[in-house]
Amino acid sequence: MSPDMLFDILWKSLLQTLHMVAVSGLVGSLIGLPIGVFLATSARGELFPAPALNSAIGLVVNAARSTPFIILVVAIIPFTRLLTGTSIGTTAAIVPLTIATVPFFARLVEAAIRDVDKGLIEAARAMGATPMQIVLKVLLAEARPAILLAFTMTIVSLIGYSAMVGAVGGGGLGDLGIRYGYQRFMPEVMLAVVLVLIVLVQLVQSAGDALARRFDKRNRKT
Amino acid sequence: MTFPTAASPAATPGQTAPMVLFKGVTKRFGDDANAFIALDGVDMAVGRGAITGIIGRSGAGKSTLIRLVNGLEKATAGEVVVDGTEVGGLNDAALRGLRREVGMIFQHFNLLSSRTAFDNIALPLEIAGLDRAAIKAKVGPLLDLVGLGDKAERYPSELSGGQKQRVGIARALATSPKLLLSDEATSALDPETTQSILALLKQINADLGLTVLLITHEMEVVKTIASHVAVIDKGRIVEQGRTFDIFTAPQHETTRILLSSTLGIGLPEWLRSGVKAAPSTGDRILVRLTFFGATAFQPLTARLVTEIGGNVNILAGAIEEIAGEPFGTLVVAYPATPDVLERADRFYAETGLATEVLGYVA
Repeated sequence: MSPDMLFDILWKSLLQTLHMVAVSGLVGSLIGLPIGVFLATSARGELFPAPALNSAIGLVVNAARSTPFIILVVAIIPFTRLLTGTSIGTTAAIVPLTIATVPFFARLVEAAIRDVDKGLIEAARAMGATPMQIVLKVLLAEARPAILLAFTMTIVSLIGYSAMVGAVGGGGLGDLGIRYGYQRFMPEVMLAVVLVLIVLVQLVQSAGDALARRFDKRNRKT
Repeated sequence: MTFPTAASPAATPGQTAPMVLFKGVTKRFGDDANAFIALDGVDMAVGRGAITGIIGRSGAGKSTLIRLVNGLEKATAGEVVVDGTEVGGLNDAALRGLRREVGMIFQHFNLLSSRTAFDNIALPLEIAGLDRAAIKAKVGPLLDLVGLGDKAERYPSELSGGQKQRVGIARALATSPKLLLSDEATSALDPETTQSILALLKQINADLGLTVLLITHEMEVVKTIASHVAVIDKGRIVEQGRTFDIFTAPQHETTRILLSSTLGIGLPEWLRSGVKAAPSTGDRILVRLTFFGATAFQPLTARLVTEIGGNVNILAGAIEEIAGEPFGTLVVAYPATPDVLERADRFYAETGLATEVLGYVA
């Protein structure tokens, strides 16, 4: 394969990966965020006590997280078809990726929110804050650095997951590596794919770290 | 010894009802079978405009008691009345309204790490729905009041413990409350910073006429700023009254133990180990003399020596100020012979000195 051709398919695959990761990461996180907040605040005696619903959602989240991603991809094909009209291709691949993101991000958000000092909730209650004000002004604000790191971790995981959606013709870098690098035995393609993925993950992680640091005021020195 | 309500000297004249009234308050945690009783029939009144301290060891129930006032905890039985309103009967919205009239400061400050000093103080105002301009107009003077005018844009991690508590106090005052609750506000601070925070609270109490209810395990705090005190032990108020009365004449064992750590009332270790309950021949009697009120200003020590004879040893002593009044203690020893004891007793009766026999030493 000529370098030009290699570059072309790499570029095309990178764009597919970015497309899948960006859409499923954003949509999945937007759905996962409120679920994570709910999980962190709805146990007995907390801000929105609903222990039964909390357990039920926790169960669904655990079930989704324990399903291997490749099985999830195949298992929800009917749902994917219902949503996108097709079960193959990049757009179709976004559906299982989004569904995998929701419970993953929700659990990370739950942990981030639970890490917020309980004294702050008490202080806000003592000020006369409503439960919703406590979530918006205290919990999400204080957990913001941790949530940004959770989002970064989610995106990095999604980059990994997106390699598996080649199974449904999703395309992307992982798919390229398998089809060209492995099945056609072109080690230079495999190497290029791996290198691009390494750089991509590094960039995402660095950006996430920098953003989280910017919002983290806990260890500022005078 | 009755606890101040209407007739309290510290209460603002003309306003007769107490700011906070606990009536038979009981608080149980857990189910009936193995419930933990945190508070057991507490009756107490917090005078308007006064600084009232509730002191007790950890686990005595003082945290629960103060949390009943702003409804962070609900009483299992009895009533908590704040400025005429029964807290237990309020719905959520009314309770939030009450909380905006009751400020609270905490042992660990509980400031938002993601907000500057200014924005932390602004938080209760945002919660109350004030617009940005109104918030700015309120926060600036509050920063000045607590002496942090130049620290508005600092984050809590850039402030010292004392400065953080000052932000906490400013935040608690933001909604112009009528009552300030202090939950061990100085317990995480060093002695010097504690004194400066107590001075600030005292100043706010005097300048704004704000009623302060504080809980603490440190007698020093009560002694310094509280005009009235209640001693709590195992969920019961065992003693309450004017701080000076309680400190100078503690009636309950818990009070004595709590007091022994302060006021020079505790015996020095070298002395305590040698104290016997009954005298043998040649022993000396160990007596604690307490000076306060009229006796505090008389030259009684010199007269004591003259009356009893030159055999008086002074072993320990301190002169303190309790809630603004002088109070002295002196531990003396002299021969436990009948004639000396008789002369001493006559002297005590004549001068009105309060005395307590602590035991006998060789």
